[in-house]
Amino acid sequence: MSVHEQFAEDLALYALGSLEGEERTSLEKHLATCASCRRELEMLRGDTSLLAMTTVGAKPPARSKQRLMAAIANEPRMPVAAKAAKTSRSFWRGVAWAAAAIAILLWFSSESMNTELRRQIAELKVRVLLQEKDLQHAREIVATLVDPDAMKVELVAAGSKPQPHGKAIYQMHNRSLIFFASNLPPLPPEKIYELWLFPANGGAPIAAGMFKPDAKGGAMVIPPLPAGIEAKNFAVTMEPESGSHEAPRGTMVMVGAGE
Amino acid sequence: VLQEIFMQLWRHPGAFDASRGNMGAWLAVIARNRAIDALRRRKPEDDIEDVVVSVEPDFASVADRARVMEKVRGALDGMPAPQRAALEMAYFEGLTHAEIAEKTGEPLGTVKTRIRTGLLSLRKVLAA
Repeated sequence: MSVHEQFAEDLALYALGSLEGEERTSLEKHLATCASCRRELEMLRGDTSLLAMTTVGAKPPARSKQRLMAAIANEPRMPVAAKAAKTSRSFWRGVAWAAAAIAILLWFSSESMNTELRRQIAELKVRVLLQEKDLQHAREIVATLVDPDAMKVELVAAGSKPQPHGKAIYQMHNRSLIFFASNLPPLPPEKIYELWLFPANGGAPIAAGMFKPDAKGGAMVIPPLPAGIEAKNFAVTMEPESGSHEAPRGTMVMVGAGE
Repeated sequence: VLQEIFMQLWRHPGAFDASRGNMGAWLAVIARNRAIDALRRRKPEDDIEDVVVSVEPDFASVADRARVMEKVRGALDGMPAPQRAALEMAYFEGLTHAEIAEKTGEPLGTVKTRIRTGLLSLRKVLAA
């Protein structure tokens, strides 16, 4: 490379920004007229950029990007300085061409994409309709089950007297328990019925809700329960209305084991 | 410094000429020089539009960058210790050659030569 030897070392210092004073002025004067030294300066700057890559810089503070974007948002739309206008004109022309090219590409790809999207929307609409139907059906069932005004009739063997009767429907994975009772004897004063879940693992019984039957001895309990408890038995006891309900202490009224 | 550089680039998008080099390298040079200017509390010495950086070969991809980084680190490790020290003081600490000479007790000319030879040897590992 035909770098002027007398400037070779100064060029390296200049690239690092450490050349000052007279040496700097005379080198700049030379650079203005010497293309090969300018080229060498560009190369030396490239060499310094390699040093930057040998290290991992500090991560900028999280807010710095936010601050930068805010500062940019506050900038006037068009640069005002004459020089800036000159340099940015070609930039904006480039942007315009790029935008046009992108628009054309997008138009082509959007045609096929539209068809695909339309197909997907139609498919989703059908799915939503089916689900709405299922949901409506499920709602009706639940509404009937929990409606206090719904007619409830207990059928027993012909000729026999209706007995106290309970039915627990339990889904352990959903933590979902629905309990219906009928023909319960009326409660003495200050007493209450309590439903219990006896876990299959032999753990302590879990209180599953207190209730008082209606005038005909009917009741329904939908208690909150912990997840994943396998049940062995369900039972209803009669407990004092006030006091501890951590374990069944009162008389057993009904009991039933899972199938 | 970070914000100032990006703001300048935003205001003068033509300042960086993609046909003349790699943007990462260009930003590295500008940012490093501006940081040193800021530390020395002096006015920025060069207009970003006048800073042209040339790196060959161009290394745009991450894989290229990792490979180059490894090579450059190897070159630094292979340098004579005083040369490497001079280069690092000049580049990372932003010391002038006069300050380095004072610190190490070496003649000014020696420091200058070390810095230049160090930079050139980095270029050589890339060319190899």
